[in-house]
Amino acid sequence: MVISKSQIEEILDEVKDPEIPVISIADLGILRDVKVNDDGFVEVVITPTYTGCPAMMEIERDINNALKKEGINDFKITTVLSPAWSTDLMTEEGKARLKEYGIAPPNPSNEEDIECPNCGSYNTKLVSQFGSTACKSLFKCNDCLEPFDYFKCH
Amino acid sequence: MQDQNKFNYIIQQADNCLILGQRLAEWCGHGPVLEQDIAMTNISLDLIGQARLLYQYASEIQEEGKTEDDLAYLRDAWDFKNVLLVEQPNGDFGKTIFRQFLYDTFSCFFYEELMKSTDERLASIAAKSHKETLYHMKWSGDWVIRLGDGTEESHNRIQQSVNELWSYKDEIISINSVDQEAEKAGYGVSLELIKNKRNEKIKAVLEEATLSTPESDYAHKGGKEGTHSEYLGYILADLQFLQRAYPGNQW
Repeated sequence: MVISKSQIEEILDEVKDPEIPVISIADLGILRDVKVNDDGFVEVVITPTYTGCPAMMEIERDINNALKKEGINDFKITTVLSPAWSTDLMTEEGKARLKEYGIAPPNPSNEEDIECPNCGSYNTKLVSQFGSTACKSLFKCNDCLEPFDYFKCH
Repeated sequence: MQDQNKFNYIIQQADNCLILGQRLAEWCGHGPVLEQDIAMTNISLDLIGQARLLYQYASEIQEEGKTEDDLAYLRDAWDFKNVLLVEQPNGDFGKTIFRQFLYDTFSCFFYEELMKSTDERLASIAAKSHKETLYHMKWSGDWVIRLGDGTEESHNRIQQSVNELWSYKDEIISINSVDQEAEKAGYGVSLELIKNKRNEKIKAVLEEATLSTPESDYAHKGGKEGTHSEYLGYILADLQFLQRAYPGNQW
């Protein structure tokens, strides 16, 4: 029996971002497509967030391991650049998970007023455009005084 | 080799990215404050990422069975075609900022144009990289203004850096035969067009920063033809040490 696309997607749901282990690569928008041809050959198409993202190699390895663990050996992983990854590709569920984890999700409508993921206050301040990883910037909450990461729009 | 000129064209920009990325990485652990230390290494990482995409493509065009690593680690100084600007020493924070600003005002407009390349692969690398350079230019431009329009000390020091780096600003938009052929073939960009946009941006930021523009437009050149300042050798000695000392070593 040929494995279905949705079965592959279910397996890949277990592959998380190594830097943010609560969000799957599908929710993050890194997983662009899954193709299964008539012979059951699987192609997994991914796209990098940032060109120098050091997590990409690890993500490829994790995909590789996840598929092999389920007995799928006939596959390849393709990386595409175009159209370029954008935070718009992130799912609503992904955004909710980020917030739960303590990272403010991207807010394309207004990048000035960012909600503190710890106390919910909008009285926050940008500390640095560059945070702990390339995809985040560093904020501070003026109410609860906690610093937090903001997943910046890209 | 599929297309010698296309290979050379890609190498020029890839080398700019790699060498500037390496220079910025020298700041790791030495930044004036933690946030700016992180900013510089973040930008460094973006630049090295862009270099990788370009080297990967160049090695495929080369058709010699070589990889991106061969291009980064096993070429000599005269094979590198980066401009002299990116190999200039870091100096103080202000000098690093101004060098970065001169590069960002080029790369941002360069990638914007390269997105229209007839070569799809180059166009997609450009689209990806352009998004990153927008952040970089915002960061370096903001700092030029903050230092220029800051204290007397910060103003004087960045003005000094402007004066020192001014003669390195124009090589990057000078047109050599590789650029000419690339533009004619459709996969390259018009540097003339970029020059105008870039000059306007530099002018606007310097004005806001209350910095004065040096009068001389003399430009040091040579990097794009492989004739470098003595600095590049030292950079490569650091960058290539491992592969030279332990050939073929892998992670």
